[in-house]
Amino acid sequence: MGEKVLMKGNEAIAEAAIRAGCRHYFGYPITPQTELAAYMAKRMPKIGGVFLQAESEVAAINMVYGVAGTGKRVMTSSSSPGVSLKQEGISYIAGADLPALIINVQRGGPGLGGIQPSQSDYFQATKGGGHGDYRLIVLAPSSVQEMADLTAKAFDLSEKYLVPAMLLADGTMGQMMEPVDLSGISEPEKAEKPWAVTGTQCKRKHNIINSLYLVPEQLEQKNFERYERYKVIEENECLYESFMMDDADICVVAFGIAARVSKNAVVAARKEGIKVGLIRPITLWPFPKAPLAQAADKVKGFISVELSMGQMIEDVRLATECKKPVVLCNRTGGMIPTPEQVLESIRNMAKEGK
Amino acid sequence: MAKRVTIFAGHYGSGKTNIAVNYALALKKERSSVKIADLDIVNPYFRTKDSAKELEAAGIPLISPAFANSNVDLPALPQELYSLVQRRDCYAVLDVGGDDRGAYALGRYTPYILEENDYEMIFVANFYRPLTQTPQDALEVMREIEIAGGIPFSAIVNNSNLGGLTTLADIEATAQKAQELSRLSGLPVLFTSARADLCPREGGYFPLNLQEKYYDIKEN
Repeated sequence: MGEKVLMKGNEAIAEAAIRAGCRHYFGYPITPQTELAAYMAKRMPKIGGVFLQAESEVAAINMVYGVAGTGKRVMTSSSSPGVSLKQEGISYIAGADLPALIINVQRGGPGLGGIQPSQSDYFQATKGGGHGDYRLIVLAPSSVQEMADLTAKAFDLSEKYLVPAMLLADGTMGQMMEPVDLSGISEPEKAEKPWAVTGTQCKRKHNIINSLYLVPEQLEQKNFERYERYKVIEENECLYESFMMDDADICVVAFGIAARVSKNAVVAARKEGIKVGLIRPITLWPFPKAPLAQAADKVKGFISVELSMGQMIEDVRLATECKKPVVLCNRTGGMIPTPEQVLESIRNMAKEGK
Repeated sequence: MAKRVTIFAGHYGSGKTNIAVNYALALKKERSSVKIADLDIVNPYFRTKDSAKELEAAGIPLISPAFANSNVDLPALPQELYSLVQRRDCYAVLDVGGDDRGAYALGRYTPYILEENDYEMIFVANFYRPLTQTPQDALEVMREIEIAGGIPFSAIVNNSNLGGLTTLADIEATAQKAQELSRLSGLPVLFTSARADLCPREGGYFPLNLQEKYYDIKEN
């Protein structure tokens, strides 16, 4: 255990990014992620980094696109409505095969919505919020410590596969304070980036950063190549936590703040003698299909707990090929399910078919 | 001897609101008329208004922005606030927003406070917070707040904590930093505050009953 610091989730992301070598941040303030930009504004000038409050989210993501092309670690952050604005730029970054990190501290939607926490940008993050065939690597933290750790992880994965990454947090994660230990986060070893535009010094051919391919055969080929990479990511980079699943008859599936609430409900249900466990996806894309498919052969049903009208539930159904019923336990609009609500949902499933 | 106006300012998330509320409640036991004001124009969450019930039960009027806790992100302060610094007929506790950005809102009341000259301007320090981990960094934040609010600090409160996981040893470990900040700034450490259940009998700790929002049931 290194130094302990009491941090807000938003601050933990910012400090973790800096420790992981990010020296370029472009953003625009929006509740509930503003502390992240404020932290960067204070720290970046002191360490020779760049903080820039752009004139809009659209400008910020295009600045990210520019720096990403030079091979530097770069990030932007926003909350739901602002992330919608960034989608065009994200699609371009994906199309140009560049690494970058986008933070979404979600709030209730659609539209301007509200400023309370939500998970209703799941579709946008995992199914392609912008246009074209592409994926983001999507990580979902469930504690302030994970806000930090997964920020560093997201940079690493993004650079390893040349795929933009998104940290999908929510207003609770952004605002809550917990002690964190950041001593394990450090800058990566210098890696060769032969694709980066850093000046040829007349020694090599120009690198070109581009997402425009007017010859359809070439564009199709690019997409094929990209999806080959996605396949490797799906095979190697799935992350999830399995909690009390060994003898479980019921499987709760939840990520982020919903997983924390659910874990308490699972512990409470176990005390009532109900055999229930939790699978918590940490990567939302790639989605941990394998453990859910395995569970589908053993449990009587799944409960998807979400702060949305039911978005991840579709991936749970696909992963389990609808072998067992999947029910939704949810709140939306900025409301959070209580452990009691989840417990009631577990009890109801336990009663069925007895 | 309590001053007529007590102002709590400090780094963002250092615990100003919790201390201001507890301080007002303690003061009310000694003084007949105590009022508390929420001057935070920065953060729409974790407000003085979260303690509205306790304050009302104790007979402490709360002056807070009309939109506090309404999720409307509108940083407007009520005119009623002027009564606290102009009428001088009560003990006033001012809960200022975090950092220099929060202290800008204090500036418009500063001329009245300085003119009356019966105030304590308290810097709330949490040495476990990221940008105030050293006395030097804390001093820098102090100076920024003084410039923004136009009013110098007169005392320090050590509110070092790690949230729900704080131990007494964690608090004691910061005593030296508080003393060093005191030396650097030339200001006294008024008291060390801690969650009520952590406070030892000895040592003059100021106990805090916290306004916490738990999103998960505590695991037993």
